[in-house]
Amino acid sequence: MAIWLNKDSKVIVQGMTGATGMKHTKLMLGDGTNVVGGVNPRKAGQTVDFDGTEVPVFGTVKEAIEKTGANVSVIFVPEKFTKDAVVEAIDAEIPLAVVITEGIAVHDTASFWAYAGKKGNKTRIIGPNCPGIITPGQSNVGIIPGDITKPGRIGLVSKSGTLTYQMMYELRDIGFSTAVGIGGDPIIGTTHIDALAAFQEDPETELIVMIGEIGGDAEERAAAFIKDNVTKPVVGYVAGFTAPEGKTMGHAGAIVSGSSGTAQAKKEALEAAGVKVGKTPTETAKLAREILSA
Amino acid sequence: MDLFEYQARDLFAKHDVPVLAGEVIDTPEAAREITERLGGKSVVKAQVKVGGRGKAGGVKLAASADEAVARATDILGMDIKGHTVHKVMIAETAPEIVEEYYVSFLLDRANRTFLSIASVEGGMEIEEVAATRPEAVAKTPIDAIDGVTPEKAREIVAAAKFPAEVADKVADVLVKLWDTFIKEDALLVEVNPLAKVASGEVIALDGKVSLDDNAEFRHPEFEELHDKAAANPLEAAAKAKNLNYVKLDGEVGIIGNGAGLVMSTLDVVAYAGENHGGVKPANFLDIGGGASAQVMANGLEIILGDPDVKSVFVNVFGGITACDEVANGIVQALKLLEDRGEKVEKPLVVRLDGNNAELGRKILTDANHPLVQRVDTMDGAAAKAAELAAAK
Repeated sequence: MAIWLNKDSKVIVQGMTGATGMKHTKLMLGDGTNVVGGVNPRKAGQTVDFDGTEVPVFGTVKEAIEKTGANVSVIFVPEKFTKDAVVEAIDAEIPLAVVITEGIAVHDTASFWAYAGKKGNKTRIIGPNCPGIITPGQSNVGIIPGDITKPGRIGLVSKSGTLTYQMMYELRDIGFSTAVGIGGDPIIGTTHIDALAAFQEDPETELIVMIGEIGGDAEERAAAFIKDNVTKPVVGYVAGFTAPEGKTMGHAGAIVSGSSGTAQAKKEALEAAGVKVGKTPTETAKLAREILSA
Repeated sequence: MDLFEYQARDLFAKHDVPVLAGEVIDTPEAAREITERLGGKSVVKAQVKVGGRGKAGGVKLAASADEAVARATDILGMDIKGHTVHKVMIAETAPEIVEEYYVSFLLDRANRTFLSIASVEGGMEIEEVAATRPEAVAKTPIDAIDGVTPEKAREIVAAAKFPAEVADKVADVLVKLWDTFIKEDALLVEVNPLAKVASGEVIALDGKVSLDDNAEFRHPEFEELHDKAAANPLEAAAKAKNLNYVKLDGEVGIIGNGAGLVMSTLDVVAYAGENHGGVKPANFLDIGGGASAQVMANGLEIILGDPDVKSVFVNVFGGITACDEVANGIVQALKLLEDRGEKVEKPLVVRLDGNNAELGRKILTDANHPLVQRVDTMDGAAAKAAELAAAK
């Protein structure tokens, strides 16, 4: 089970032949991900050898899907070309597109998000500026280290990559059904709410860990969703209590504007929805552990 | 990046949004020639990135060139809500204002699209209008692909109930303002007030623009718009080295990888500081994914150069980043500074986990530097760093 990604997922890599794409395709293959092709119009017809695994390069996403039956695309192309790459994935109606690239102009993200809507939202978009998604023991799409943890019963959704790794590490002995990094940009495809809804339906997931950070009101909206729709226990963590107003803290979306987007408001909203919120990542992991061993 | 009013004015002019003439200066005497060119009178406007400058005395009318120089002398160097005035705009005086409106386009994060906000009650903060007279504020979602066509502009005008005699003119301004928003990769374009003057024309008298730093790859001109005078020297030095750094007001220097983990590190240090005389984080510094030893060394150099820093906490969870690179960076940076004859006296607490953590820890143990100590949990390391800062 798990959500959105499993051992049967057939993955193509847009931007596979670039330095970042090469490096992470090799790592994904090493984690057992079924990478069936790369996409690069200038290198179509070639194959790339990854430690003995020959991966073909196709000219377009559409061609890659026709020839391999791919149902996931992971995008590593540079920020200048990311919008076009995502639009191509949407046009090819691939069910899942994971956009790793960071530093994308928000007008480009707004544009491909609007485009996905006009095309009937046939493609789930994760990211941009995210670490990807991993279903441990089955498939790993993106840049999350595959060796931190094992298959298990916790579902994780996070705006931050390194906090995803930290939490997977803290709870490595229990293991994870799926961990999704949704990214910290002002506009993202898949939200906390989408992941919460999917984990609620996933029989393998017994508890959900949700990691948020300052900026916007995604956590407050997720809290309202949890109150009405999620019966599984949810443990939360929010980063950025000490962030000053008006300063972007690394992620383009991580900014407190006036009195909105504060960590305190997010924590209070989550607690009001019955979510246990930890003060530190370690304390959050402890809360999850207590619930699962009760 | 938030722009100054004069920069916003220039961008509006570039996209044919009607504005008054105006030039920016940083010495009072320069006001004379501009005012003479403007017909012997002008408005002297403080350029600060904060609201309420009019009430603070930062906007003055000058009836002669001499008076413009005098007013510029008064305003330059003035402090407005903690912002020092380094520049003033000498602007054309507005014709008689009949009405003041408000129009803007901005990013709507929650709905993952753009939004138009318009009101016939301009001239004050829109948040104030929205709080007291919400019915006077019209919010219209804008599709990112369809944009603001003349029809959409008329829809906004109708929703905000602009008077019939200015409807076409306001709609025209909206289309041009949208052009500014899209072509300049803005996160916000705001005109307040959009004034109807006695002749019946509408003119953007003041405005705010915020640009998307992530779009700099297709806007090399953004570089020119950065406010170098206001940047903290440490922030400027970090930017020159492509480091993601924000100066804060505490005593514990922080370096980590990944925005989320670094934000979390600041919080954990602040909590730990509650037990150690209230010490706080001195900065945010994210060395990013896959950072090399050199990047780590650059970061450490910035942090150690901050006189407010009393101890340093390096917190790394290696995903793409390899902990041995981080450890090598620490050792290299300390050696580099010592070779340069700079005496490093600030203690470093290092926590390494994840990718190649064992190797990284071993490098630190072998280097055996008297100022560096390893603590292998995040909370434990934060407590140690806070304790060391408090003891200094």
